[in-house]
Amino acid sequence: MAKARVLIRPKEGILDPQGKAVERALPALGFEGIEHVRVGRMVELEAEDPGRLAELCEKLLANPLIEDYEIESIDGG
Amino acid sequence: MRWGVIQFPGSCDERDALHACEIAGGEARLVWHEERDLEGIDAVVVPGGFSYGDYLRAGAIARFSPAMEAVAEFAARGGPVLGICNGFQVLCEADLLPGALLRNEDLRFVCRQVELQVGQLNPPEGTQSSIPRGETLSIPAKHGEGRYWAPEEMLDRLEANGQVVYRYAPGQNPNGSARDIAGVTNEAGNVLGLMPHPEHAVDAMTGSTDGLEVFERLAKVAA
Amino acid sequence: MTVETSKYRELGLTDPEFELIVEKLGHEPNDVELAMFSLLWSEHCAYKHSRNLLRRLPTEGERVVMGPGENAGAVDIGAGYAIAFKVESHNHPSAVEPFQGAATGVGGIMRDVFALGARPIAILDSLRFGELDSVRSRHLLDGAVRGIGHYGNSIGVPTVGGEIYFEAPYEHNCLVNAMCVGIAKQDEMVRAAAAGVGNAVVLMGASTGRDGIGGASVLASAELGDGDEAKRPTVQIGDPFEESKVLECCLELLGKGLLVSLQDLGAAGLTSSAAEMASAGGVGIDLDVARVPLREADMAPFEIMVSESQERMLAVVEPAKVGEVLAVCEKWQTGSAEIGTITDSGQVRVLRGEEVVGEMPVEALVDGCPLYDLSPAEPDGWIYGNRVSLAADAPAGEALLALLGSPSIASKRWIFEQYDSIVGSRTARRPESADAAVLAIAEAGKAIAVSIDGNGRRVACDPYAGTVEAVLECAQNLACAGAEPLGLTNCLNFGNPEKPVAAWQLDRAVSGLADVCTALGVPVVGGNVSLYNEGPEGPIYPTPVVGMVGELPDPEHSAPSAFAGEGDAIALLGPFMPSLAGSELAKLRGELEMGLPQPEIAAVAAACATVREAVRAGVLASAHDVSDGGLACAIAEAAIGAGAGCRVDLQHLRERGCSPEEALFGEGPGGFVITGERAQIEALAGDGVAVLFLGKVGGDAIEIAAGDRSIALPLADAERAWRSLAV
Repeated sequence: MAKARVLIRPKEGILDPQGKAVERALPALGFEGIEHVRVGRMVELEAEDPGRLAELCEKLLANPLIEDYEIESIDGG
Repeated sequence: MRWGVIQFPGSCDERDALHACEIAGGEARLVWHEERDLEGIDAVVVPGGFSYGDYLRAGAIARFSPAMEAVAEFAARGGPVLGICNGFQVLCEADLLPGALLRNEDLRFVCRQVELQVGQLNPPEGTQSSIPRGETLSIPAKHGEGRYWAPEEMLDRLEANGQVVYRYAPGQNPNGSARDIAGVTNEAGNVLGLMPHPEHAVDAMTGSTDGLEVFERLAKVAA
Repeated sequence: MTVETSKYRELGLTDPEFELIVEKLGHEPNDVELAMFSLLWSEHCAYKHSRNLLRRLPTEGERVVMGPGENAGAVDIGAGYAIAFKVESHNHPSAVEPFQGAATGVGGIMRDVFALGARPIAILDSLRFGELDSVRSRHLLDGAVRGIGHYGNSIGVPTVGGEIYFEAPYEHNCLVNAMCVGIAKQDEMVRAAAAGVGNAVVLMGASTGRDGIGGASVLASAELGDGDEAKRPTVQIGDPFEESKVLECCLELLGKGLLVSLQDLGAAGLTSSAAEMASAGGVGIDLDVARVPLREADMAPFEIMVSESQERMLAVVEPAKVGEVLAVCEKWQTGSAEIGTITDSGQVRVLRGEEVVGEMPVEALVDGCPLYDLSPAEPDGWIYGNRVSLAADAPAGEALLALLGSPSIASKRWIFEQYDSIVGSRTARRPESADAAVLAIAEAGKAIAVSIDGNGRRVACDPYAGTVEAVLECAQNLACAGAEPLGLTNCLNFGNPEKPVAAWQLDRAVSGLADVCTALGVPVVGGNVSLYNEGPEGPIYPTPVVGMVGELPDPEHSAPSAFAGEGDAIALLGPFMPSLAGSELAKLRGELEMGLPQPEIAAVAAACATVREAVRAGVLASAHDVSDGGLACAIAEAAIGAGAGCRVDLQHLRERGCSPEEALFGEGPGGFVITGERAQIEALAGDGVAVLFLGKVGGDAIEIAAGDRSIALPLADAERAWRSLAV
């Protein structure tokens, strides 16, 4: 079984209010110089057939109209 | 007139939709998400709520149910389909409607009566809206992910085709939707989705009765 | 003694309590037994310091279908239906994690209601936080509101009302009380008592993890070292989607008559549910922890028994029906497992497969806990301090703006718009449109009204009178909706009962509650107690939160709070005798002290009856009770809601013997601001009910003449102040 991690992010150009809210809150918490915060989702899974992961992402895990995704395979174990 | 209201685990407003369909005229029944049989149904309603907990993305899991496969076939044959709130989200995820619904701009759930303008119309033959242009409908909105979005070129096309059917009146946009869009149809005009809840505007006791026009519009497509 | 003293003390047991447990068992308790006793003998489960007091409350009445002792109370609403309702606290978890604390509070109270077989149809919440200039209080408010919204909205039950107060004594001990109302067919309702030796015990819902175990973690095996905190979460995480499946599953099971009894799992998880079901039924119960569906593989028996994982229910089922029960659970995609048996042993036996890992007499667990009497002592004076935010000589207009803008009084629209208040199509009066929420009950051809109230500050001034006032306030709110009270639920939120002042507050409050409920003929059908709400700075305000349900014949005839028509006459109905004692104005001026006038229950009840009948007859265009901020605030709120000004003169009220300032801003029960056609309103007077004509609706300013303290405030300014609450 191959272990993989899928990172899903809002597409550039789409308003990401969560990212903005986080970014705005940071200076008050003492973190300066942080920009372009975007908040997404992370899905971890184990797949018998990693070849089908892209299809899984396109069809279910991400909405290609509004999100980009990235598949990382996790080494070991 | 026979209405079918799809019911997913997590649907909330399906009984309200059932009741509204009956007030609009005809019989209505619930269609369990595992059923494929839409036999005898003249119009489908995909109701509001939190199907599958809104997990992953609102509507993302519900769109794969057997019932939704049957709804896709029904829509392809020209059958009228109404998606309300979560139902609108399911129809967008299923590519039966253009665009997507994102989280409200201020990140908060909002439950508020809103005024809707009936947008440019290019309705299929015989389905004129009964509301004259310029009047507004008073309908409650209640959602956390109702911000309509589509790429600019797609929005231009929707406007040109008359697919933008409901718009929040000036100052009434509760979620930051692009171009104040509250509801759209597909190109053929038989699938309609909107974020506000017409099924909660069919009884003077609970508010306005302006929601009936949405069901009547669908009934005309069925006829 | 082989059980270390530190072990049982850390679990909250005193030395004499531990010795009593040893005596009842005939030996020292093992870990499983110690964990279970420590939870069931905690204040939260055993009501050690309050049970004796609660016996004073009137619990019976013609319309009572279920009283205290069941999962929730219920009253007969006609046509074979009952309305079930209860309020419960989730204070301490909310202070730790406000989103999940409030969310799981809502989830828990809903389970109490559907455990009876009632479909939840409304939620109300009663919240208390510190002042909003504290970052912590803003964080708690924001989290709690989002949590309540998240849970209630997702599961499709409307949140139709509530109340919030912001006071410094709640800074370190916030209060989150959630109330649920449900509807059931009386012949499909079920009690909690387990019955039928040989019957199966079935666990339904979510799997069991380590949620909420934290406190009992002292019992964990010595091998768990540092860095294993992840294994002992204290926060319970709620899943409303799971609950909606469990709810539909349970209602279907009850509708098909498949269950002998049903209990929800709340505080102390399987331990309390199993023990309480067995106790109510006078039976014994065997549970096999090896058959409990687990979220984590290596849980110890004591962890499984004390886990507070949410969205779980326990049912007793006849053996022949178990298969069908499991099939219904499967249909609703919710977990289920047969985990035990009802016995005639009178014992709670915990097994792991064949091995008995714990065995305790039911009676010892549930009723064996010693009950303690309080040692009350009245305090010498006001113990809560004072803070000045408004000058004593501020002009009346400025005082009114300060009151309207005070977060406890200001519009809560920012909050209630985050709640779905309309799902279910029953809501005839949405938040802020009337003094009580109104829900259509088409099944019985009528409607119900619900209100939740409890001004802790006034209770601190006089626990007896303040508590009487809280109940009267509920009754007044219901009257404005045209409703007659049917029953009451209450949550008593107090400080440490082992200390004399909190003990005195609790004792006097319960007496007040008992007396006013008896006088009004409103039975107490259930409730909750939350004690030890106290920090280094002292106890919270004594806060008895009262939830009342009433019935009315026609939801379309329930008056709005806001003025309805230009030119309508405005009048004050009732025995209202305003005083600045305990008032919001006194708070802003830093002049709070002990003492409240004694309420005249009978006179207020008569006024309620008059308003109720007038509302039902359609005589009143609007009705709004006078509470926080006094008459000036009530009038201003009615004006702002209508977008219409008014011109009133308080001369007639002053003739009762109060100063201009008391007339404007004094508080107390028995005041209704009503509007309508003048002759019809004045005709309501009589039989001990007074009606004072005040003025008329009109213009775009709020003009209140009160001798040398008159007010002329542009409506827009008043609205800006009143709509200022947001975080």
